[in-house]
Amino acid sequence: MTTKGEKLALNIVALVVAAIVLAPLFLMFATSFKGDEQQILRDLGNARAFLVMPQDFSLTNFREVLANTTFPVLRYMWNSGVIVVSIVVVGIFVNSLAAFVLARMQFKGRNLVIMFIIAIIIIPMEAVAIPLLLMMTQFGWVDTYRAQIVPFIAHPFSIFLFYQFFATIPKDLDEAAYVAGASRLRTYWSIIMPLSLPTIATVAILQSLEYWNAYLWPLMVTRGSDVRPVSLALAQFFGTPPPIWGDIMAFSVLMSLPILAIYFAFQRWFVQSSISAGVK
Amino acid sequence: MALTARDQKSAWMMLLPALGLIALFILLPFLMSVVLSFTDQRLVPNANVPTKFVGIRNYERLWEAGAFLNAFFRTATFALLVVPLQCFLGLCAAMLINSKLPMRNLFRGIYFLPTVISMVVVAAVWASLYQREGFFNYALQGISFGAAGPVDWLQNPYTAMISLVVMSAWQGFPFQMIVYLAGLQGISKDLYEAAQIEGANRWQEFWNVTMPALRNTHILVAMTTTIFAFKLFTQVQLLTQGGPSGVTDTLVRVMYMEGFRAGKVGVGAAAAVVFFLVVLIISLIQRRLVKEERAIQ
Repeated sequence: MTTKGEKLALNIVALVVAAIVLAPLFLMFATSFKGDEQQILRDLGNARAFLVMPQDFSLTNFREVLANTTFPVLRYMWNSGVIVVSIVVVGIFVNSLAAFVLARMQFKGRNLVIMFIIAIIIIPMEAVAIPLLLMMTQFGWVDTYRAQIVPFIAHPFSIFLFYQFFATIPKDLDEAAYVAGASRLRTYWSIIMPLSLPTIATVAILQSLEYWNAYLWPLMVTRGSDVRPVSLALAQFFGTPPPIWGDIMAFSVLMSLPILAIYFAFQRWFVQSSISAGVK
Repeated sequence: MALTARDQKSAWMMLLPALGLIALFILLPFLMSVVLSFTDQRLVPNANVPTKFVGIRNYERLWEAGAFLNAFFRTATFALLVVPLQCFLGLCAAMLINSKLPMRNLFRGIYFLPTVISMVVVAAVWASLYQREGFFNYALQGISFGAAGPVDWLQNPYTAMISLVVMSAWQGFPFQMIVYLAGLQGISKDLYEAAQIEGANRWQEFWNVTMPALRNTHILVAMTTTIFAFKLFTQVQLLTQGGPSGVTDTLVRVMYMEGFRAGKVGVGAAAAVVFFLVVLIISLIQRRLVKEERAIQ
């Protein structure tokens, strides 16, 4: 089967790929912990960019970034948190409820609604951004949390994912509940949803990544730091010359930590959600 | 189950939140986009100059201005470069972690990391690698023994696009890897055993068993990646602003610059409609190519 030589080659290739994947992340963490900006500029020009020597280690950058009042990082992260959690939590209810109706109930026009949802998946956010902005101006929602939450709650692709999963659950369960006198809503809440945790996780992860990293829409719809999300704030912090690499990397680390923590906690589900997204 | 009148009513009641929000925030703006693209609507309306219908003037302008055609071809170039690269890397990585590699779950966990990192962070980190005094120039000089001078990767018209491609592929390939991994795991072991009995070597095994079995996965991955590629905006806006001399301009960026920054909603909407048509065409090709296996009852 696999020869010794092949095994060795496999190991070497795997390590090389790992090094390429990890190098930029090492650079980010290493630079964020170097206190001396001159040192950073020298190190970026050679292999020391990826490492931090014990004598160079310092938390100065993090202290500076956290104390920066023009760019209140924690405020931005809070904003992103509010937006992402609102979209994900409300979205799961709205989207799964619609999928439940489509997968488990009989009514006139059902197939038409399913076709409509699948067709709508194709419309990318970028294609509706400008009219949506006009609407936000009309509603007086510019520079609010609402403008970054409400338009994204209903998500056709999430409905589709829930629909696909609900269709695989045996129909006998509903029948039994129906005979026992449970309402449709009760069946959805007490029988179907508890069985759907993997799909809920998938939808939650896909949506969280998308809105934690959102850039184009907040760029158009936010003005000041009150409701601005962290991704856009980092983009602006980075775009203010001259680049102070230590602070930029500390900002980047702070922004990445919550997502990385969630990733390490729920790694298997991340992989699962990526497969679902690919089957789009 | 009985089709009761009550069921009819409650079904629509329960659909209402989702369908209402979709109609208001996706369908309506989409239709507005189409209508606005035939008007001279401004972002900040002037009370004295009412918005009027201008026919296909916005589309003509886009066509004639050259910037839009340029952006279209640049975005297509980006897609043409990044899609094969990303798919190739994704397939290689998937085969690596699908082999008898020790600690392959650890490797899978590591390889997936770039996709978890925000594109804004990725752009900031790679900007430090690409700068004149950055690591890539250090490596280039090392490899060429000082013969090749430092390159301004992101400011040089010959290297700006390829720099964006490499960075984007680094961030994006884990997604393709996972989809390919699912595809590889779906291939029956019997096929490989049969190939070995026939005396096929690894190379023949790859071309005659693995590749044909992945046909639908290839189409799926290639098309999804192409759509992603056409949405190119964040990294361009952060690193090159479409420059140098327009070589990294993109469709979404034109839409943003015209419709938002310049306030010409009509022109921006026309750009958005064209962008949508591109995405639509790719999706239709994909649906045509992949034999519909997903049962929609």
